[in-house]
Amino acid sequence: MLWNTLLLALRAIRRNLMRSFLTILGIVIGIAAVVTLVTLGNGATRSVSDQIAAMGTNQLMVVPGQRFGPGSELGAPSFKIADVDAMRAQITATRGVAPVVSKSVTAVYQTHAWSTLVTGTNNDFFLAGGWEMAAGRNFSDTEERAGKAVCVIGGTVRDKLFGRQSPVGSEIRLKGFACEVIGLLRGKGQAAMGQDQDDTVVMPLRTVQRRLTGSQDIGRIMVSVTNGASMDAVKLQLTSLLRERRKIGESEEDDFRVMDTRQLAETLTGTTRILTMLLGAVAAVSLLVGGIGIMNIMLVSVTERTREIGIRLAIGAFEREVLLQFLIEAVVLSGLGGLIGIALATGASMGLAGLMDVPYLFDPGINLLSFLFSAAIGVIFGFFPARRAASLNPIDALRYE
Amino acid sequence: MNDAAFIRLSGVSKTYGRGQAAFQALKGIDLSVAAGDFVAIMGPSGSGKSTTMNILGCLDTPTSGSYRFQGVQVEQLSRKQRTVLRRHYLGFVFQGFNLLARTTALENIELPLIYRHEAAPKRHATARAALELVGLKGWEHHNPTELSGGQQQRVAIARAIVTRPAVLLADEPTGNLDTRTSREIMDLITGFNREQGITVLMVTHEADIAAYAKRIIRFTDGRVDSDRRNGEEA
Ligand SMILES: Nc1ncnc2c1ncn2[C@@H]1O[C@H](COP(=O)(O)OP(=O)(O)O)[C@@H](O)[C@H]1O
Ligand SMILES: [Mg+2]
Repeated sequence: MLWNTLLLALRAIRRNLMRSFLTILGIVIGIAAVVTLVTLGNGATRSVSDQIAAMGTNQLMVVPGQRFGPGSELGAPSFKIADVDAMRAQITATRGVAPVVSKSVTAVYQTHAWSTLVTGTNNDFFLAGGWEMAAGRNFSDTEERAGKAVCVIGGTVRDKLFGRQSPVGSEIRLKGFACEVIGLLRGKGQAAMGQDQDDTVVMPLRTVQRRLTGSQDIGRIMVSVTNGASMDAVKLQLTSLLRERRKIGESEEDDFRVMDTRQLAETLTGTTRILTMLLGAVAAVSLLVGGIGIMNIMLVSVTERTREIGIRLAIGAFEREVLLQFLIEAVVLSGLGGLIGIALATGASMGLAGLMDVPYLFDPGINLLSFLFSAAIGVIFGFFPARRAASLNPIDALRYE
Repeated sequence: MNDAAFIRLSGVSKTYGRGQAAFQALKGIDLSVAAGDFVAIMGPSGSGKSTTMNILGCLDTPTSGSYRFQGVQVEQLSRKQRTVLRRHYLGFVFQGFNLLARTTALENIELPLIYRHEAAPKRHATARAALELVGLKGWEHHNPTELSGGQQQRVAIARAIVTRPAVLLADEPTGNLDTRTSREIMDLITGFNREQGITVLMVTHEADIAAYAKRIIRFTDGRVDSDRRNGEEA
């Protein structure tokens, strides 16, 4: 009986190619969207945590305010260069303290222009970030102290402005002042959240403050702890130093945060995870729209199908044979749609992961979940109208209009 | 007539709807048909011919009265048992053909055999033989929309007799067809009755179609009005 019914179900699918195709399409689009976006989101999260892990475990990041990221608290005062000097002077177990001020600026060389991120800092920045020089040198004391217009550029900026040419010794223009390229960073070739790390220009802190931001503020401070020293001890020292300098009373909370690599990773991957969930939710809407499309197709064909069921009952089909046929039909269509959707999503997320430079991570959970969802849609909308029709008197099903 | 009659309706009535809207389509039908008979049912439109045929074909149930098929009390059968009855003993030809859309002639004819769980090779051979019997050789793989009305009715007839049913029920089988095609269809049906001993009950409006039958029953207003052997004077 199962075999015969399978035959009938396959014939029904072939007979209604358009309807079958639309049903499958609805499911394919929904599933492909959800699986692709969630997979890419997972990849981005992994990429961020990988990069933070690559920074090493002996880094500390000090930021004003209690939160970190795009929503840095208003009201919490920024750091000044005096804070950096105090850390350097009073905390012994450090290898380097690097202030960081960033600003997006368009860099121009001859006829080429490229918008990039300029960071104002000191030589400790290269140590903290694990940067090496591919050519040229880092800043001299005089250049740092006097805020000279010199810069070290990343591989991407070199490619965009100079092509294959060596940049060291040339001058680029940034927002109206000329700046001599003294060094070229060795490429890291990885990206965080779609950001290219090699797309950077590094200058002395004072140069950026004077020429680009026009203020004495420092956005964050990176502290490299001496190998073997206790991270917790350094964190405590930094905290008490800053509380004293920022005149925070006994009972008041910190208005800054000292984060180690693990905390930083948690904060950043938390952000990408929320982003993944948002994207997934948007994609789920397309799954839902696909489902509504399927429901529509099924309901439109209910008249025809009810008469078909009447014919089958009249010529001697049992109610449960008709039902089994419709169930198989629904499961085959939505199962096929689910498989195609997952295959498409696998292809798309592998391709896009390559383009976005994030790792491809297969997530069995989301694949299974969306597959089950598609099966449920098919069964609910393909099977339940049939169940009603099959319970009618054959003659009523035949007359149905 | 005794209780062992092949088909017997006693006091069968059918009421559609309920309350104010209730309409009594059959008002106590008594009818016996012997095995091998060929009965034409005539009468004005709305007199309950189709309603009777649907009850005989186990597609619908009477409101009251009894229907015995080969001595079996049909009202007492379960839904499933009535399906078994349709599957093994009855063939139905509808006025509107009722073929499956976008399904070839051969597949339409094969369908009842699939529900009888016949093995594929035998099923194909039987369906093909039925298709050739109704004169459709060469049209196996055409869909209903690619067939004329007469050809569609032939497919419907082939589908009804492919299982070699004991009874063929045909509701206005020539209702939509021209005179020549009607005659060809009637020759087919008469042949099944004579050569294979299939009992035939057929609804028709036309006297010359009824003339093919051995017995003519007239309905008026939900009752049997007259019942005579063909050739007898009314
Ligand atoms: N499903 C139904 N619901 C309500 N009334 C019906 C239904 N089917 C038939 N009738 C009524 O019952 C009467 C007999 O119908 P029917 O048996 O189809 O007549 P005939 O086939 O002799 O033309 C008609 O008046 C018709 O309107
Ligand atoms: Mg009628």
